[in-house]
Amino acid sequence: MDFWVAPLAYEFMQRGLLASLMVGVLCAVVGCYVVLRSMAFLGDALAHAIMPGVAIAYLLKGDVLIGALVAAILVALGIGLLSRQGTLKEDTAIGILFAGALALGVMLISTTQTYAVDLTHILFGNVLAVSVDDLWLTAGLSLVVLTTIVLLYKEFLVISFDPVLAATLRLPTELLRNVLLILLALTIVVSLQTVGVGLVAAMLVTPGATAYLLTRRLPMMMLIAASIGAFSSVAGLYASFYINVASGAAVVLIATAIFLVAFLFAPKYGVLWQARRTRKEVEQTQ
Amino acid sequence: MSIPVSPVPPSLQVDHLTVAYNGLPALNDVSFNIPHGARVAVVGPNGAGKSTLFKTLVGLLSPRAGQVILHGQSLPHHKECVAYVPQREQVDWNFPVTVYDVVMMGRYGHLGWLRRPRAVDHAIVTRSLEQMQITDLARVPIGELSGGQQQRVFLARALAQEPHILLMDEPFTGVDATTQQTVLSLLEQLREQGVTVLVSTHDLNLATTRFDLVLLLNRRVIAFGNAAHVFTPEHITHAFGARALLLNGTGTLVLDECCPPEER
Repeated sequence: MDFWVAPLAYEFMQRGLLASLMVGVLCAVVGCYVVLRSMAFLGDALAHAIMPGVAIAYLLKGDVLIGALVAAILVALGIGLLSRQGTLKEDTAIGILFAGALALGVMLISTTQTYAVDLTHILFGNVLAVSVDDLWLTAGLSLVVLTTIVLLYKEFLVISFDPVLAATLRLPTELLRNVLLILLALTIVVSLQTVGVGLVAAMLVTPGATAYLLTRRLPMMMLIAASIGAFSSVAGLYASFYINVASGAAVVLIATAIFLVAFLFAPKYGVLWQARRTRKEVEQTQ
Repeated sequence: MSIPVSPVPPSLQVDHLTVAYNGLPALNDVSFNIPHGARVAVVGPNGAGKSTLFKTLVGLLSPRAGQVILHGQSLPHHKECVAYVPQREQVDWNFPVTVYDVVMMGRYGHLGWLRRPRAVDHAIVTRSLEQMQITDLARVPIGELSGGQQQRVFLARALAQEPHILLMDEPFTGVDATTQQTVLSLLEQLREQGVTVLVSTHDLNLATTRFDLVLLLNRRVIAFGNAAHVFTPEHITHAFGARALLLNGTGTLVLDECCPPEER
């Protein structure tokens, strides 16, 4: 019992745990759409592309989250615009935007005295430095994103599953796609302090991909992903407390371990299950 | 083709329609009138513009010239009364939804923003599932369905839209006998309900026996009317070119469609 309670004696651990929990759940739920719509590369690129916003806020001693927020929304809409024109393939457009913005961010940060430490915090997060204000902002943004996902459930479902039907039903598919991009951007911003831009893609994709191996119903998939996200966030933070490793990396590694277990052992969709089914079919045909 | 004088206005009127797809003309000056409740087979070689026609009728593609008139008004009106059953390859069948979820999507157009399905929507979905004989599959994830079952799910979804005009793209291609039979008996039911149905198909036999009208298409309208009027040797050769083989004397027709080019 003491094992679980002892870290909570520190206020920074309490705040860190709360922030991790919220981010874990939020990333996992949004991540279900990232997985289903094949937006993993986009998510990763978006995360790196907000570096300049973070750097500028950092240099101006402003709020890093606000800086990231502005940059993320600009980049999300920019990618939507570039890929819409059809002059570039979407992943090419993303690749260009992502590398350019990352370079700009690194260049800006390299002008500071404490370059290495600052860069590390942005790339990999610093969950133990979460302030009370940060917590409120995280909670507020999480609420906005999750509420939007619940309210627009059927619209997001139909544009993801069958864009043609969405168009014949007169849904504004372009607008909905951009709303989803903005929600993704907000999620990435919220994750900055816990896992950082380097690892947020893992928190978006891994719990959703794991849940996809366990169920074929979207609400259930979101629920399972959220549980995995929450569990790995908390477990990762405890691991970082006791064995003194980087918290973001610990969180992501635990999520990855859960994925591997599901990949091997999941009923119906796991590797071993499918191998057994193939063997049975072969036996039956013989 | 002149517009026939009739006491009842045609439910679907296509007027000098020209549509480009990827910059290439896919339909050129296409005109026809379909009376209310008719069952129409749309026949033509691959790349004849059958899918393009359907996508234009449902508002997915915009015509370069001409117009589509539904119930006396041009297309932006009344769009909600047209349902489109696409070819099955169009969606990811591993998407995590059940048969019931997919059929319910047909009701979304009637629901509006932020609304959850009402009792009446659930009743209509249940009825559509029964009509396509897939009630027992309602809770099954769509990834576990056979090709024919997938087709019936799409049809049930279109029924749930309660359309006046139903467009089906190749519903007989690659399905089992049960599904083909279900689709054919659905055509009968829809006629009783006064729903106008357009079906694209390669099956000239079905087109002749199961439909009121045939539209023979190859970017232009080659012929339109009842099967006897449409399926003349001249029209067939005109539409299918060298791929049509007419066996003289017997009137038998063979189509070489064994290795069709990819439909655009």
